[in-house]
Amino acid sequence: MSLLKGIAEAFSLILTLDPYLTQIVLLSLQVSGLAVFFAALAGVPLGTYLGLKPQERTRFAGKLLYTLMGMPPVVAGLLFYLLFSRMGPFGVLGLLYTPTAMILAQFVLAVPIIAALTMIGIRSRGKDVQETARTLGAGRLLTAWTVVRESRFAISGAIVTGLGRVIAEVGAVMIVGGNIEGHTRVMTTAIVLETGKGNFELAVGLGLVLLIISFVINSLLYSFQGGGKEIA
Amino acid sequence: MPDKDIILEVKNLSKVFDKEVLNIKKLSFRRGKVYGIIGPSGSGKSTFLRLVNLLELPTKGKIYFKGEDISMNGRTDIPARREMTLVFQKPLLFRTSVEENIAYGLKARRFTKEEIKARVETLLEKVGLRDFAGRHAGTLSGGEAQRVALARAVAFEPALLLMDEPTANLDPSNVELIERLIMDLNRNTDMTIVMVTHNIFQARRVAQDVIFLHEGRIVEMGATEKMFTSPQDPRTRAFVDGRMIF
Repeated sequence: MSLLKGIAEAFSLILTLDPYLTQIVLLSLQVSGLAVFFAALAGVPLGTYLGLKPQERTRFAGKLLYTLMGMPPVVAGLLFYLLFSRMGPFGVLGLLYTPTAMILAQFVLAVPIIAALTMIGIRSRGKDVQETARTLGAGRLLTAWTVVRESRFAISGAIVTGLGRVIAEVGAVMIVGGNIEGHTRVMTTAIVLETGKGNFELAVGLGLVLLIISFVINSLLYSFQGGGKEIA
Repeated sequence: MPDKDIILEVKNLSKVFDKEVLNIKKLSFRRGKVYGIIGPSGSGKSTFLRLVNLLELPTKGKIYFKGEDISMNGRTDIPARREMTLVFQKPLLFRTSVEENIAYGLKARRFTKEEIKARVETLLEKVGLRDFAGRHAGTLSGGEAQRVALARAVAFEPALLLMDEPTANLDPSNVELIERLIMDLNRNTDMTIVMVTHNIFQARRVAQDVIFLHEGRIVEMGATEKMFTSPQDPRTRAFVDGRMIF
């Protein structure tokens, strides 16, 4: 099969909304979307808090976040596998090979990325924003909200980077999800499987959908950031 | 009985970073006056403003605002701070419209929409930016930004307006406009204005009383004209004569 033929057939699968492909894409978006949503809820406040603290007081936390940013997905997958396997401490919950376990594993991968990039963004301007808000009589909540709002370009970039990381990873979801058809099979695990089976059309189709999703999300971000002019 | 005319008073105020950068035994500011704080670089002028505005906590000493000790316990979310504000040398404008920037302090104080609109319009007129309401703050020049920052600071009519080198690096027309605004505020309101400046001529033009700081300590203070015509301390004389290098 030539690559061109594969791409043509892939487009056909996408345009006809092939049920198998559609189900995989929707589950991927659901798992990664929820993982990043919860990771943003945890990572943005954490990054904001660290970004507003003096750098010398957050050195260890910063190093830890940077280290966790590079955590291999298989390690996160292994961790949750051990936690959720029948003999593990949370085995009784029966979460192994469920989308919930996949969300948790991706959550752990996304939090350090979102927190660290938020922290960097806040550091560039957050302290000045905080002081200005306080001099204008803002209370703690309004000050915190102003800092986040003023750093919205950096924060949105952090969230999109987190999403890019988890939607494209295969190791964690493969281990804790098990790649079960119709249940835990997502785009990346399906690509691995279909490639192994020699079913290249579907593999290429899924790869294209991944790229299209990434393009759409990053295009929206790029527009939101004013064409890359306002990052910090 | 505390003097009701004194809006701000500091006693034994000290700030130590690596070394002591400020040490003021006693200093009072009266309601409705304009004060100029002058002195060479590193004399503690900006630190003083930041301490009064509670952006820094004093190492020791007390700050009294309207007779109330506001330096206690290191708390910064106290009601007194809503009655004062600080305009920075390089103002930070929020990434939104000019109008929204000026309205920020008013919204924080829950003014009504009508009142906010009216005050913003009046202030835009006063700072010569009537047609700039909808402009994004990021598109303003340095002078325009400083005028917006000043309008934003005075919008909620603080009892105490602190300004840290508000006209540094501005062109003469913007300097003149800002000085005129300060003098208007002094004439038409009860606001106490404390302005830090390098520019001794500006202090002479705008302030009624001047405080000369050197190496974190008050060298001399008093009525502006007296300070400039007959300074008592040789260091003050050197500074006002332009002989002190800074």
